[in-house]
Amino acid sequence: MSYLEYNVKHVPSGPRKVLYLNWPLAILLASVAAIGFLMLYSVAGGSFSPWAEPQIKRFALGFALMLIVALVPIWFWRNMAVVGYGVSVALLIAVELFGAVGMGAQRWIDLGFMRLQPSELMKITLVMLLAAYYDWLPIKKTSRPFWVFLPVLFVLFPTFLVLRQPDLGTAILLMTGGGLVMFMAGVHWAYFAAVLAAAGGLVTAVFQSRGTSWQLLKDYQFRRIDTFLDPASDPLGAGYHITQSKIALGSGGWTGRGFMQGTQSRLNFLPEKHTDFIFTTLAEEFGFIGAFSLLTLYALIIAFCVASALQNRDRFASLLTLGIATTFFLFFAVNMSMVMGLAPVVGVPLPLVSYGGSAMLILMIGFGLVQSAHVHRPRGAI
Amino acid sequence: MRRPPKDTLESFRKISRRGLIVGGLQAGFVGLLGWRMRHMQVDQADQFRFLAEENRINIRLIPPARGEIFDRNGVAVAANEPAYRITMVREDAGDVDAVLAQLGKLVTLNPEEIERARTEMKRSAPFLPVTVADRVSWEDISRVAVNAPTLPGVTPEVGLSRSYPQGHDLAHVVGYVGPVSERDLSRYEDPPPLLRIPRFQIGKVGVETKLEETLRGTAGAKRVEVNAVGRVMRELDRREGIGGATVQLTVDSQLQNYIQARLGQESASVVVMDVQTGDILATASSPSYDPNKFVRGISVADYSLLRDNNHRPLASKTVQDAYPPGSTFKMVTALAALDAGVMTPDDTVWCPGYLEVSGRRFHCWKGAGHGHVNLEQSLRESCDVYYYDLALKVGIERVAAMARRLGLGEAHDIPMSAITSGLVPDKAWKQANRGAEWVVGDSANAAIGQGFVLTSPLQLAVMTARIATGHAVSPRLIKRIDGVEQPSRAGELLGLNENHLRQVRRAMFSVSNNRRGTAYSARIQAEDMRMAGKTGTSQVRNITAAERARGVTRNEDLPWERRDHGLFVNFAPFDAPRIAVATVVEHGGGSSAASPIARDVTLQALYGEDPPLDAYPKKDRSKIKALQERLARERPLNGASGQEEA
Repeated sequence: MSYLEYNVKHVPSGPRKVLYLNWPLAILLASVAAIGFLMLYSVAGGSFSPWAEPQIKRFALGFALMLIVALVPIWFWRNMAVVGYGVSVALLIAVELFGAVGMGAQRWIDLGFMRLQPSELMKITLVMLLAAYYDWLPIKKTSRPFWVFLPVLFVLFPTFLVLRQPDLGTAILLMTGGGLVMFMAGVHWAYFAAVLAAAGGLVTAVFQSRGTSWQLLKDYQFRRIDTFLDPASDPLGAGYHITQSKIALGSGGWTGRGFMQGTQSRLNFLPEKHTDFIFTTLAEEFGFIGAFSLLTLYALIIAFCVASALQNRDRFASLLTLGIATTFFLFFAVNMSMVMGLAPVVGVPLPLVSYGGSAMLILMIGFGLVQSAHVHRPRGAI
Repeated sequence: MRRPPKDTLESFRKISRRGLIVGGLQAGFVGLLGWRMRHMQVDQADQFRFLAEENRINIRLIPPARGEIFDRNGVAVAANEPAYRITMVREDAGDVDAVLAQLGKLVTLNPEEIERARTEMKRSAPFLPVTVADRVSWEDISRVAVNAPTLPGVTPEVGLSRSYPQGHDLAHVVGYVGPVSERDLSRYEDPPPLLRIPRFQIGKVGVETKLEETLRGTAGAKRVEVNAVGRVMRELDRREGIGGATVQLTVDSQLQNYIQARLGQESASVVVMDVQTGDILATASSPSYDPNKFVRGISVADYSLLRDNNHRPLASKTVQDAYPPGSTFKMVTALAALDAGVMTPDDTVWCPGYLEVSGRRFHCWKGAGHGHVNLEQSLRESCDVYYYDLALKVGIERVAAMARRLGLGEAHDIPMSAITSGLVPDKAWKQANRGAEWVVGDSANAAIGQGFVLTSPLQLAVMTARIATGHAVSPRLIKRIDGVEQPSRAGELLGLNENHLRQVRRAMFSVSNNRRGTAYSARIQAEDMRMAGKTGTSQVRNITAAERARGVTRNEDLPWERRDHGLFVNFAPFDAPRIAVATVVEHGGGSSAASPIARDVTLQALYGEDPPLDAYPKKDRSKIKALQERLARERPLNGASGQEEA
């Protein structure tokens, strides 16, 4: 693993690298973040405090971090993959031992200037580790049971730690993200088929376990599933969030009720309107046009990442790019499904839009890696 | 070490293929999300918009002003006056205890009410106002308003409260309002939402409850925007309510006031009725109570005082109590017999002081007997034997029919509470209710208004008015609603022989104007005001043969509640009747307790003020003068009577 593995002849160097950044992607990210500022300004009742202003600062910091990460050669990041994963696991264990409890779950460590959620960090470092692993692994061994089992452990160990917090949303994201990276790395179809079958069995088991001594999910998680399946069953209790969210979203209509005119969010019918349910406010105030625009921006970000990955002949770089794009996709797909009543409420923020420090910074670092892969991609014939 | 190009290429192809598959799946999912968005935001938008509006818009009712009630001359009987109260909002107050302490320095707070307010504040949302002091005086309110800066969260509020300026005088007529109770709600199949407004008041007794729908008005509504916890954010629009209709009574509050004062502490009742229109000019029941106390929420002590008083101040005796009419019923028997043709006015009956009816001896009040008695003498001197004889001749069915024609045995339709229909007994009634055959003795008793017969003072007034006019006049209590004159109750001709009526009226005239009349002492001297009347005594006790033998105990020697009721009915002026009056003095000892009151009331009603002394016989004038002066002192001008209930 050295510098020499890369065909560096055409790789830009020095300040000129800035010109080779994936600028359309950066602009898309900034646009999405700007929508976030607008919505945070709106849900605060037309005020930059308490959410929009810190969010802008964080995005500025995030953007700077992205540039720094982007300018560091991708092979450095590949070499850092194991370290990053190790640090993330260590932090997750630290959280488990002496993390602060917030919203009924141990999720973050107070660093003084910000609250770090190791589970957020894990989303990126896991992808890095898997990409580095498949970069290292000779391609013939990719589908051999032992070499499949190993990355599965990489995925399941942090997933287990996250589940203990408990944070079902992140756990699902980690597992799905990790699985998709393995799939893209070329692991044989049959494994995935087997896992899907097993998952089917597990879901059955989970429902069977309800009310027994070996119950596999917490009661509130079961209730969320109930609520998801039939929000009307408990309109003032657990179903309240989903019902109010759907009302807000639906009442937006084509063009929305106008900036800062969303009654559902302004009158506090919406829960968590600055974090998990911020998309609902957007949909209410800017209607289908606004909501669909954001969805389009997200889709374009994914498309640019995929395009960048497909241009990249380096295995680590493409896998990393695809992995991060997939993680990003899972974020918004789960969040939007949740607020539209397509998925249970699992507490996944809307990437780059929801108020929150860790997620924003770590996603920007992730896109920094994507940019680095883009800048330092091998050029010319192989 | 450089990676073999083949490996790289193969891996690149695989990654590209799988990457495209995953990218494709993602694109598909994005499509699904977009489709779902379109479905919710375009296809179902109206439905969700409706739900959102339902969420945020609350309709709050605005209570309408209750219709006011006036007497026939436009004097206020039930009015709405501003009522001040002090409310407090927890979240604005901050330190509730400190603010309450500060407030306590300015106004007197009721510790009970404060305790209740504290609990309510803890229970309800922090932004909801809670009443800490109700019915605060204007001075206190101004003090609170001036000190507003030191009293965060405290607001003086003004509302409308019912007041009864006539106090005791019309309590039994107008009744009072009170907070809506579960029982009030249960009377409706679907209670109007208005009744759910906190502090809303509803009629409980009397005209207030009988004309509730008329007086209540129509609720206004305002649409307000509320947030998720119910805090009102702003008012969207408002439609004021329509106040209730103004009701004008036929009652003359000044006359009513006089009568209440005249009755004093007697347990008595008087109805004054206009014989032409049926208008009830006064319906007084004594003792009375102050309806204002009920509006404010009467204390348990005050209430038990009213409830346990043996003079029953809460009862509206003119309409809800039925007494044996005694001799005042004799006109009915006489008219029934005349109408049936079983006798003529000049036929005489021999009264030896009793009549033997199927082996039982029925006594005349005058043990020595009246000798030969014709119709006029029989009424004038109230001979009982004459009527025993008539009863046997005419039979109970025809007497009962005549009683009903004259308005007895019927619950007259006026908006007062608990109106009794009294009782006009006949054979079928006795069979149904007593399970026994009607016997002649029952007829004899009924003929003199004893036995089963029961009448209310209102019915007696109606009877008298019908005898005076020959018309089926019915009582009317409501003169106008929102200025619209209510239908007259003058009634059709009764179809009685005018000659018979004239004979009976003539005889009634002798009762109070013939030297031998039973009410001669209570006659009216003024030529054009003279009245025709009839005395009555209704027995509360049974007089046993043994008692009769040793001499009937005098009423004065009996405990109050065993004394006879005194009754008197009259109409006046005799030549051109204008009013009919029925007077009942419970346990007054006899008709002599009722007839002087009836005379004073009649003259007061006819003159519209204190009558000149020369309307009275000479020997009564000094006594009347003293009475007038005493009552003038007790009755402040045009106002609530000064008397407190017993």
